[in-house]
Amino acid sequence: MTLDLNTLLAILSMAAATIFTRVGGLVLIRYVKIDERRRTAIEAIPPAVLMAVIAPTAFATGWAEALACAATAIVSRRLPMLASVVVGVATVALLRAAGL
Amino acid sequence: MLQQSRPAGEFKAGMRAIFPLIVAVLPIGLVFGAVSATKGLSPLETTLMSALVFAGGSQFVAMDIWTHPASWIGAGFAALLVNVRHLLMSASIGTKMQSFSGTKRYIAMLFLADEIWAMAEFRAGTLRLTPAWYAGIVTPFYLAWVGSSLAGALLGAFLGDPAVIGLDFAFPAVFIVLVMGFWKGPETGAVLAASGIAAVAVHQFVPGVWHIAAGALAGLATAFWKGRAREQTA
Repeated sequence: MTLDLNTLLAILSMAAATIFTRVGGLVLIRYVKIDERRRTAIEAIPPAVLMAVIAPTAFATGWAEALACAATAIVSRRLPMLASVVVGVATVALLRAAGL
Repeated sequence: MLQQSRPAGEFKAGMRAIFPLIVAVLPIGLVFGAVSATKGLSPLETTLMSALVFAGGSQFVAMDIWTHPASWIGAGFAALLVNVRHLLMSASIGTKMQSFSGTKRYIAMLFLADEIWAMAEFRAGTLRLTPAWYAGIVTPFYLAWVGSSLAGALLGAFLGDPAVIGLDFAFPAVFIVLVMGFWKGPETGAVLAASGIAAVAVHQFVPGVWHIAAGALAGLATAFWKGRAREQTA
């Protein structure tokens, strides 16, 4: 078990940057007044961020990923989360095995 | 209903809610540990990074740009860029923490990973977000991330490629389920379309994680613009 000083410093610097971003939003909303329009915009953040995270996988990776994303979206309207995830993972594995 | 609001019950409900994401995070943590071992990090250093940084995306990016000796400026700046999305997440979930005391809010934010944030937003959409429920989703997820990183560092090269059995798809699948849950009508559709188009466009031309910032800002601008248009017609 070794602990290099430079590595430790790099880890601490990453931790500091991450703490800044995590606490930053909380500090921000203490000083910025939230009116109706800003509230509407803030409510759009969750779907917008999640969509941005999955968009390259869904639309620009390959047919297996795109079809598995569509399958997951469709079954999620009826099935609970874990079952929908299983359907998505199984779909992508099968399509990749089929060579898509 | 009284049963539901008791802290122990809330904690257990949180643990049940996070379960699918635990299954999804274990292989990612194993891969992270294995990758960090190939970059020359000791199991202690790997575990320390997962425990103190607790943000998978920035940890993978750090491994990508890792040098010997390690550069604290490079790793810190990369973490700042990759995690700047947390600013938006913490601003958003911060408005839904009425049950949290001031100190608890700040402690809760220290554990705000993407998955934690997404689950908390989803919960706040239908029920009151409580500190006990939040602790219930954070505790097992944090332990799973740190533990699987350590296991990956120890097992190293013995691990195979998670893409073969489709496990790399578990996270996108969870996020799709969550996105479907945020649907509130055509306005959500406009936000999602703007975010998706901006993210794919930026992803094609700019390396790294800028597509997440681009999609978030495009969605935010769309919601802001739609809100103003509605105010003017009213």
